[in-house]
Amino acid sequence: MARLGRPLVLLLAGVYFLVPLLASVVFTVDIPGQGLTLSSYTRIFTAPGFTGSLLLSLGLAVATVALVLLVTVPAAVAARLSAPRLRPVLEVVCTLPLVVPPVALTAGLGTVLRWGPEKLSTTPLYQTFVAVQNPDFPLVLVLAYAVMALPFVHRALDAGLRSVDVRTLVEAARDCGASWPRALVSAVLPNLRGALLNASFLTLALVLGEFTVASLLGFQPFAVWIVQASGSDARLSVAVSLLSLLLTWVLLLALTTVGNRRRTPRTSGRTPDRASVALEGKTTR
Amino acid sequence: MTDGPAPHPVRRRPRAGAWLAALPLFLVVGLAFGLPALAMADGAFTVADGSYGLDNVTRSVDGAYRTALLGSIELSALTAAAGTLVGLLLAQAVVSSRGRALREAVLTASGVLANFGGVPLAFAFVATLGNAGVLTTSLGLGDRGWSLYSFWGLALTYLYFLVPLMVLTVAPALDGLRVQWREAARDCGASTWRYWCHVGLPVLLPSLLGGFVLLFGSAFAAYATAAAMVGSSVPLVTLQIADALSGNVLVGQENVALALSLDMVVVAALVMAVHLPLQRRSTRWLA
Repeated sequence: MARLGRPLVLLLAGVYFLVPLLASVVFTVDIPGQGLTLSSYTRIFTAPGFTGSLLLSLGLAVATVALVLLVTVPAAVAARLSAPRLRPVLEVVCTLPLVVPPVALTAGLGTVLRWGPEKLSTTPLYQTFVAVQNPDFPLVLVLAYAVMALPFVHRALDAGLRSVDVRTLVEAARDCGASWPRALVSAVLPNLRGALLNASFLTLALVLGEFTVASLLGFQPFAVWIVQASGSDARLSVAVSLLSLLLTWVLLLALTTVGNRRRTPRTSGRTPDRASVALEGKTTR
Repeated sequence: MTDGPAPHPVRRRPRAGAWLAALPLFLVVGLAFGLPALAMADGAFTVADGSYGLDNVTRSVDGAYRTALLGSIELSALTAAAGTLVGLLLAQAVVSSRGRALREAVLTASGVLANFGGVPLAFAFVATLGNAGVLTTSLGLGDRGWSLYSFWGLALTYLYFLVPLMVLTVAPALDGLRVQWREAARDCGASTWRYWCHVGLPVLLPSLLGGFVLLFGSAFAAYATAAAMVGSSVPLVTLQIADALSGNVLVGQENVALALSLDMVVVAALVMAVHLPLQRRSTRWLA
């Protein structure tokens, strides 16, 4: 690259990526007629609906992390341990959700949710359909988010399992008299700490920022609330957006730092982390 | 990194046990993914009198829906092309610089920014370039005909997450271009131009193409950013589906929405079918 080209490219990129952030800060603190004030930020906590939607999002996030780890970890470990033919199947099953954009998934989910009560109104299953759509805690969102998180949770776990000799670990534990569950919990899982942390962080970030599925199915977690609040108070919504960004970024930076510390620097081994981080973003837009 | 366990004799657990351990996963995927996918396909091919037919699919590629589909494809192709080019330039600028700190900073920032999507991104751009945005008012852009709530405004916004995504995709490939290759080419009398034509670009091509389709798919599937920013003033297929789902249009359009969803799945499937093999191919050079 030409001597002048590199600084120019970096400068333009810097301007493009920094200006919206700085402008957002200016937008929230410099209010016409009032001068500099932090009122956009202090108002957040008393804004109607803020606490409820944030708690809902956090609850959904915790439930999704729990569900997705609960179903993927045993499958991944089992595939690694004793059923090599299960591995490609898992790979395909966990990659499939990438093929269906969130809007399309929601369209399908909405159809199922409408269809259920119509056809099943006389059976006990009807209650299930009502229960999964309870607005206080919509389980249907947990299910949808778990599916959306699958591709990168699987990648994180797969990368983690690759660097551990699961079979020897389990054998050693079994030879010491440990039961199967115990071998899994006290020998395998601690060695997968990094991968599990990875997967959890990514899922958490996904759920906290998710808008599409929730808004189209008519629920109001955090991201949906921000959009609703913007109608009456644009500065408030920008302020909340900045804070939620900050939160997500801290999460992801923590993840990158953890990832870096666990690997020797300057290997291509670091890229899967970033790639899976990036892939995740795809599902929240 | 070892792939696959060492081949030594072990007590084998019965295979069935292993498949049993995967059962909960299959159940969740079947319930939350398979069922909706089936419902989508079923609805897309169900016509007015309850029988199967191609009516919805035909309507989903006609009229306003066709405009939206083409609008989405146009926006995605344009932003993906721009994102590929800018991402390549930026990655090359970083990779070829000597400062490790700069490189680390840009790559980490890219990892973070590639996640910057959806609602917060939309509001950051509204605060910057929206009608009352900081830049719009201070530079008087409104009088010059600028509107963020347009095709170009959306394209500018999408690049905010597409460029970092491209940097992440192509940086490892640029790292894979050995200095020795360039030296060897120069020693054989090749110009910089010839080096890029015959060595650089062919090696980068899988990553670039793979990155392009990844960016395309990412822009194509995006909904939250557009919904929070422009409402439905720009015709996009995701916005059309959302409209039909929330009953903003004529009754009976739900099945057309499902057909549109199916169209999206076809496009996304094509994207993955191109991206995954290319990604695998490009990693060959990075070992």
